[in-house]
Amino acid sequence: MTIVALIKQVPLTSEVALDPKTGVIQRESGETKMNPYDLYALETALRISQTHGGKTIALTMGPPQAEAVVREAFAMGFDEGYLLTDRAFAGSDVLATSHALSQAIRTLGQVDLIITGKQTTDGDTGQVGAEVSEFLGIPCVAAVQQLLEISETSITATSDTGTTLMTVRVELPALIAVDKDIHQPRLPSYVRMKQTEKRQVGRITLADLADTDRTHYGLEGSPTQVVKIFPPESNTDFALWTGVDIPGRLYEYLQKEKFLQELA
Amino acid sequence: MKTIVVHNELITDPAGMPKLCPFGAIVESGGDVQITSGCRMCLLCVKKGPHGVFELQETIDNRELVDKSCWKGILVYVEQHGNHIHPVSLEMVGKAHELGAKCGQPVFVMVAGDALTLVTGELLTYGIDRVLAYEDPAFADFRIEPYTAALEDAIGHLHPAVVLVGGTNNGRTLAPRTAARVHTGLTADCTVLDIQQQADLDQIRPAFGGNIMAHIRTPNHRPQFATVRYKIFDTACKSDKRGTVESRTLPPEKLVSAIRVLSQIPKGAGIFIEDAQVIVAIGKGIGKESAIGLFERLAVALGGQIACTRPLVENGWMDPRKQIGLSGRTVKPKLIITCGVSGSVQFSAGMKSSDRIIAINTDTDAPIFKTAHIGIVGDIFDIVPALLERIASDSQRGATSANASPMGRS
Repeated sequence: MTIVALIKQVPLTSEVALDPKTGVIQRESGETKMNPYDLYALETALRISQTHGGKTIALTMGPPQAEAVVREAFAMGFDEGYLLTDRAFAGSDVLATSHALSQAIRTLGQVDLIITGKQTTDGDTGQVGAEVSEFLGIPCVAAVQQLLEISETSITATSDTGTTLMTVRVELPALIAVDKDIHQPRLPSYVRMKQTEKRQVGRITLADLADTDRTHYGLEGSPTQVVKIFPPESNTDFALWTGVDIPGRLYEYLQKEKFLQELA
Repeated sequence: MKTIVVHNELITDPAGMPKLCPFGAIVESGGDVQITSGCRMCLLCVKKGPHGVFELQETIDNRELVDKSCWKGILVYVEQHGNHIHPVSLEMVGKAHELGAKCGQPVFVMVAGDALTLVTGELLTYGIDRVLAYEDPAFADFRIEPYTAALEDAIGHLHPAVVLVGGTNNGRTLAPRTAARVHTGLTADCTVLDIQQQADLDQIRPAFGGNIMAHIRTPNHRPQFATVRYKIFDTACKSDKRGTVESRTLPPEKLVSAIRVLSQIPKGAGIFIEDAQVIVAIGKGIGKESAIGLFERLAVALGGQIACTRPLVENGWMDPRKQIGLSGRTVKPKLIITCGVSGSVQFSAGMKSSDRIIAINTDTDAPIFKTAHIGIVGDIFDIVPALLERIASDSQRGATSANASPMGRS
């Protein structure tokens, strides 16, 4: 079985501010980390390969420095890793990103299971997985909380539909998005990091893909466009309470607004 | 095709060029400046760099533009389970009416399930022009392939300008899957939607983890897909205007799924913070896990529920279902009291529509005070126990007097 985990490098913190004059994003630092939700995808892939055998591949799309997250996957125990990178991908939205990733997955040969995290911490949308599965024409199951059974041809998993817990058996190949806490992610091992220091992170560029039409990628291949960015608004209906007997004042307010009614 | 070209011959300060790029995509080696694949096309180097060094080159786009006059109306995907319409769908219908009225276009809904008579009947009471119903045993449970086929069919049949999907777990899978199939843009978790002439949709959503708002358009693709979280918009009003119900059937091959549902069990009741009228929300400021009990007592005293910020879930102190914010739940209670919550915009985005927001924090500059209606600068460990004491002594008095008169014990 070949398992691909889709991972992403994200800013270390999402604390960003706008320069009020220029409207340009000011970043505190260029520091990055592995998207924390992806650790669960990596852990799930490793557990499946440990119990059922098979190859684990980490795939990321991003700038050259995103290679770091693939190295981290190596240090956790991944067999292979690839970085999908090309200037043609600059400014990709969900559609263009998903198209590029699905094209890259097609270069990896037979893939049985693709695992993603719930979402990233910079985009917070959680849409790329479902779009990748569409481009590959395979089923997808989101919000997977538990894997119950794995065979060569199917996996059985429990998915959170919001109001119910649904147990499904899905034929492979398939894509699953795992929820946080499906398994406790292991820490990268220093020994493995040393062992894999020289291991190549494969580079996949536009030229390696079956679809090399530049207009399908990047800004050009993105139907959505950011018109502008602006700071979030704050409200004007505001009273600041200071001074003595705040609890008493709060109590009277809650009583006046009828929040204590049921208890009276 | 847009690309940035570097004119190295015009550069006088090669070593200074990398600083222009916030994404580290400009590299310099031996006086030669290049742009790497880290480029996000933000064009800052073109705007801020030395004149003429970074040039935006655009080749003429010969592709045909979409004919917007062929795409009309707002289509809402209605999520239902066991004859129960998910309330987010009715909120979408409310928004669709508002958008439709503004651009003079009709409102459509589509719904799929194994028995829809009750649901379609109910939907008709909301003034919808056309209801498309996909009734088949294949739609009994949510499985991605048949549901995508149904939404794709509805889009092909109606040619709507806009498709709105509720940001539930199912919606957040169905919307991207279908948007990819019809090859269009999708904007997730919009907090504001507005519409222009020709039904161009203005989509506003939090970006960069919610610290910045992004205004997004889908200028040359139809339909324009957007998802919206539960409790962001107001639910639709009932209307006397009656539309029509149209049954649609899909060919059997479209109903095939590689997913078999083995069982489905409802999640425990009372755990949905979205349904609470009163919420006590706790954040990092509570300091330690053992302090949670105090705030649970306050939540109980107010007949509400406890909820939390993302760090508390990440620490493993709280159930992820109790998390408010962009990566958690959106809530709109009558009252929310935040305790030790600094108020990241991710968090605020998930609760700022609440009727009354009371924030307690020791830090006068905490961003939560920008969202709050009442800001209390103080120590939660002084205020909350004292407040609980007041409530307890009052309810005791209330209980005593309530017991006293009917029982005639005096």
